[in-house]
Amino acid sequence: MGSACGVGASVERKEDDRYLRGRGRFVGDLKSAGMWEMAFVRSPLAHARIRAIIKPAGYENSVFVREDLVGVGAIVANSSLPGFKSAPQHPLAHEKVRHVGEAVAACLAATRAEAEDLAEQVELDLEELPAVHDMLQAREPDAPRVHDLWPDNVVLETRVAGDVDSVSSRATVTVRRRLRTARQCMSPMEGRGVLAEWDMRLEQLNLHTSTQMPHIVRSGLAEVLGWPQEQIRVVAPDVGGGFGYKGILLPEEIVAAYLARRLGRPIRWVEDRREQLAGNANCREHDYDITAYADANGHLLGLDCEAHVDAGAYSIYPFSACLEAAQVASILPGPYRMEAYRCRTWSMATNKPGIVPYRGVARAGVCYALESVMDDLAHALGIDPVELRLRNLPGPEQMPFINITNKYFDSGDYPECLRRAVAALDASRAQPDPDKRRGVGVSIFCEQAAHGTSVYHGWGIPMVPGHEQAAARMTPDGGLEIRVGIQSHGQGLETTLAQVAHQILGLPLERIRVVHGDTGVTPYSTGTWGSRCMVMAGGAVAAACHELVPRLRRIGAHLMQAPEDQAVVEGGFVRAGGAELPLSEIARTWYRAPQNLPADVSGAGLEVVAGYRAKRDTGTFSYAAHAVVVEVDLQTGDVRLVDYAICEDGGVLVNPMIVDGQVIGGVAQGIGTALYEEMPFDVFGQPGATTLADYILPGATEIPTLRISHMETPSPLTEFGQKGIGEGGAIGPPAAIACAVNDALRSLGARVDRLPITPARVLAALAEAAQ
Amino acid sequence: MKAAAFEVHNPATLDAALAAAAQGARIFAGGQSLGPMLNLRVARPATLAPVARLPELNGASEDAGYVTLGAAVTHAAIEDGRTPDLSGGILRRIASGVAYRAVRNRGTIGGSLCHADPAADWVTTLTALRARVVIAGRDGRREQTVEHFVRGAYQVALAPGEIVCAVRIPKSGVAARFGYCKFCRKPGEFAHAMAAVLIEGPRRRAAIGATGGAPLALEDDAVSSEGLRRAGLEGLALAMQSAALARALGETETRV
Repeated sequence: MGSACGVGASVERKEDDRYLRGRGRFVGDLKSAGMWEMAFVRSPLAHARIRAIIKPAGYENSVFVREDLVGVGAIVANSSLPGFKSAPQHPLAHEKVRHVGEAVAACLAATRAEAEDLAEQVELDLEELPAVHDMLQAREPDAPRVHDLWPDNVVLETRVAGDVDSVSSRATVTVRRRLRTARQCMSPMEGRGVLAEWDMRLEQLNLHTSTQMPHIVRSGLAEVLGWPQEQIRVVAPDVGGGFGYKGILLPEEIVAAYLARRLGRPIRWVEDRREQLAGNANCREHDYDITAYADANGHLLGLDCEAHVDAGAYSIYPFSACLEAAQVASILPGPYRMEAYRCRTWSMATNKPGIVPYRGVARAGVCYALESVMDDLAHALGIDPVELRLRNLPGPEQMPFINITNKYFDSGDYPECLRRAVAALDASRAQPDPDKRRGVGVSIFCEQAAHGTSVYHGWGIPMVPGHEQAAARMTPDGGLEIRVGIQSHGQGLETTLAQVAHQILGLPLERIRVVHGDTGVTPYSTGTWGSRCMVMAGGAVAAACHELVPRLRRIGAHLMQAPEDQAVVEGGFVRAGGAELPLSEIARTWYRAPQNLPADVSGAGLEVVAGYRAKRDTGTFSYAAHAVVVEVDLQTGDVRLVDYAICEDGGVLVNPMIVDGQVIGGVAQGIGTALYEEMPFDVFGQPGATTLADYILPGATEIPTLRISHMETPSPLTEFGQKGIGEGGAIGPPAAIACAVNDALRSLGARVDRLPITPARVLAALAEAAQ
Repeated sequence: MKAAAFEVHNPATLDAALAAAAQGARIFAGGQSLGPMLNLRVARPATLAPVARLPELNGASEDAGYVTLGAAVTHAAIEDGRTPDLSGGILRRIASGVAYRAVRNRGTIGGSLCHADPAADWVTTLTALRARVVIAGRDGRREQTVEHFVRGAYQVALAPGEIVCAVRIPKSGVAARFGYCKFCRKPGEFAHAMAAVLIEGPRRRAAIGATGGAPLALEDDAVSSEGLRRAGLEGLALAMQSAALARALGETETRV
């Protein structure tokens, strides 16, 4: 499909030239005359009543606490789901602090170092309260309350009430597992950062912020500050990775915006790793009690689960505190067919940072839980684990397939995907060394992407995606400007959206400029999340370019004196009969030689805003299978990844090279979840890994060569058949790696039921098995 | 985080550095540990005296008995073979495993010893190799074995005003064999267990690092799992250190 640089072409990324030469411009690169740097006094305690905050003498006008933010409200990210308990967050702590790292006071100075000097001198008089340090402890009747007025610590309980009891009696095997995933800290290369300036001429806030969703930040700021939205312009400059960490409204943005206006000085805050690790470990922490039932042939009869999600202290805007746990109930059945399904989930408030959706929202944990019991069923029945999975996957003849929780799988061949991943694996089980054991693990999952209105309005949260819009404008010299409300921060959308425009208009890629991340110049968008951009923004860019086509054709036919119905736009030209005219000539005529236009030409000109919505807005379902061989060192507990194969179906790939990059990056994060990343909290709610020497992120040396293959089953729902695939890489690894490790340990009677699988956990499991 | 305010006194000579140290200046070499400590405000010296460029600390030489490395010689210089080595490229190999290259470019062998992180490569391996530190003070120089110099986690036998200016590593006999093993899951991660072994004829010597204190020096029959047990290790630490020791011993059979 397409030309050498249209849809389907692995063209090099336009944005890489500036990134690779160090010419990107991030918030940390921005400076403004008279700018003050801001540092925060952050809570050293997980749970305490604030008795007093004492500003250093002489600095009353450089240090700000909650009471100083006059007219500023709290961040409210409620869900309208019945039973949801509201947990508003004040931009600076009010009355109580509820997690370590919560911002208590803001300090301004000419440099960050001096602002930190000031922060050190602020005295906090705190009355320490018992901490809710664990989600299961939080459910105990006598547990301390995170929020004084709540009757308990349950943010929301959700329930899918399937009739599992009717199938359990027919089960040949029943397996039950208790599983845990760790709390993690999303770690984009660039942390968060904000530069707020009040423009006195325009009476407008100019907020540069490292965000994935500038329009949502604008809406949130307006709600909390009580300012009209046209007084706020949010710009995301270059953003060094997001993953969800930057898909929220920040207390720091509110404080910076308010103080910039009040003081008339630009104010910048740039997060450091200490703040990120100590105060923002905010994702992934799940606890599962899961039971699976199967008949003698390995057919899955039912699944029964009680799951807890540690939601932290506050509900984060725009996603609510209940999203992750409710998502667990909705997606736990994964890609499999089953007769009955029952699930209860609890979102638990704790004295930890509020939970934020991280790449593959809830799916990494869910996939780990489900695939663990699938392996157990296989071993209980003596069926090969791959074969057992194949017996329970929907076949291509069943597409579109509607699963037990009403998910609409739009297309694909799931069994073939699993077979290809397994076939690609070099699954030599030869034991290399008596001190080591090899094991094989697989996982298969689907990734719902580009969710639309019908999926999101039911949550009743401050964000519901509708039509996605794009603006397209020819310049007088024949270039094309595309403006979109999403934000690109590693996904290569400046390239892929240009490829989409090229596909339709044929203009050279270097003359197509994609402008994004700026509420001042782009159409509204909920932003970049949920693997939605290639489907939604890609669809919108296509729609806008399609709308330009008849306008270009009309002018071109007139200039060539050809019948309009014989004119076509292709390859950057309007062609009719044997004649052709470059689009640049049509643009020049519209803007600079209007005397040559047809007399009745439409005044709409060569600028378009068009909207896109998928034919069915329940989202695309890409899916993938991961297969891995691990080697476990029985002496050290170390786990080495020997071989890793992936088969992914992302529909039609707009840029296969970029897709591979997305998969590789996601897998790296998934390996982090599986083997390395963990923010432990002690009983006082203190985070235990507050530098990168303690919080272990995988690096290049920990990522094996990944063998990626693709199936490209077009989605019937989208413009080019593309599916969202931004998150899948992060979903599969914990499940596949855990299954492989436990496969390696099985003959020794050992098993690890907790992520990450650290050497200490492996050795503990081996020691327990030896007793 | 950013460091609290401090002054910098740039000494041009070792004597000037000693004078600064005598007045309480904190000696700053490669800054690969002290730098982060300053930024985390864990270390708050009023004055820093950078010494990385002092000629007196940058020499490297060898004679019949010793390889002598200036304290400010970087891990990278050793890794790249720009300094004399023991037979078999032992020092080069140890240096190449210190953290990752960016750290090795600036980090120094003397700085590493003075910082005395229990999980540091040099602290453990130089203990096994019976290396000595040369310490300059206002009253002259003294020498001490690394084993006695490192007193505990982040604790060394350095009096106020003293500066480590060189490390002397004895050349072992032709028949000597060395083995080293550390367990960390990724480059730069602090090791969970480490063992360095030196075998000279019938004599065996080992240093066990990453212990939470000074390296554990073991001799002869004590160079064994049982020796580790007798030294007080138990549980997970015993298991991992035993594995590290076994692998270091195994290496002495295959390498010089």
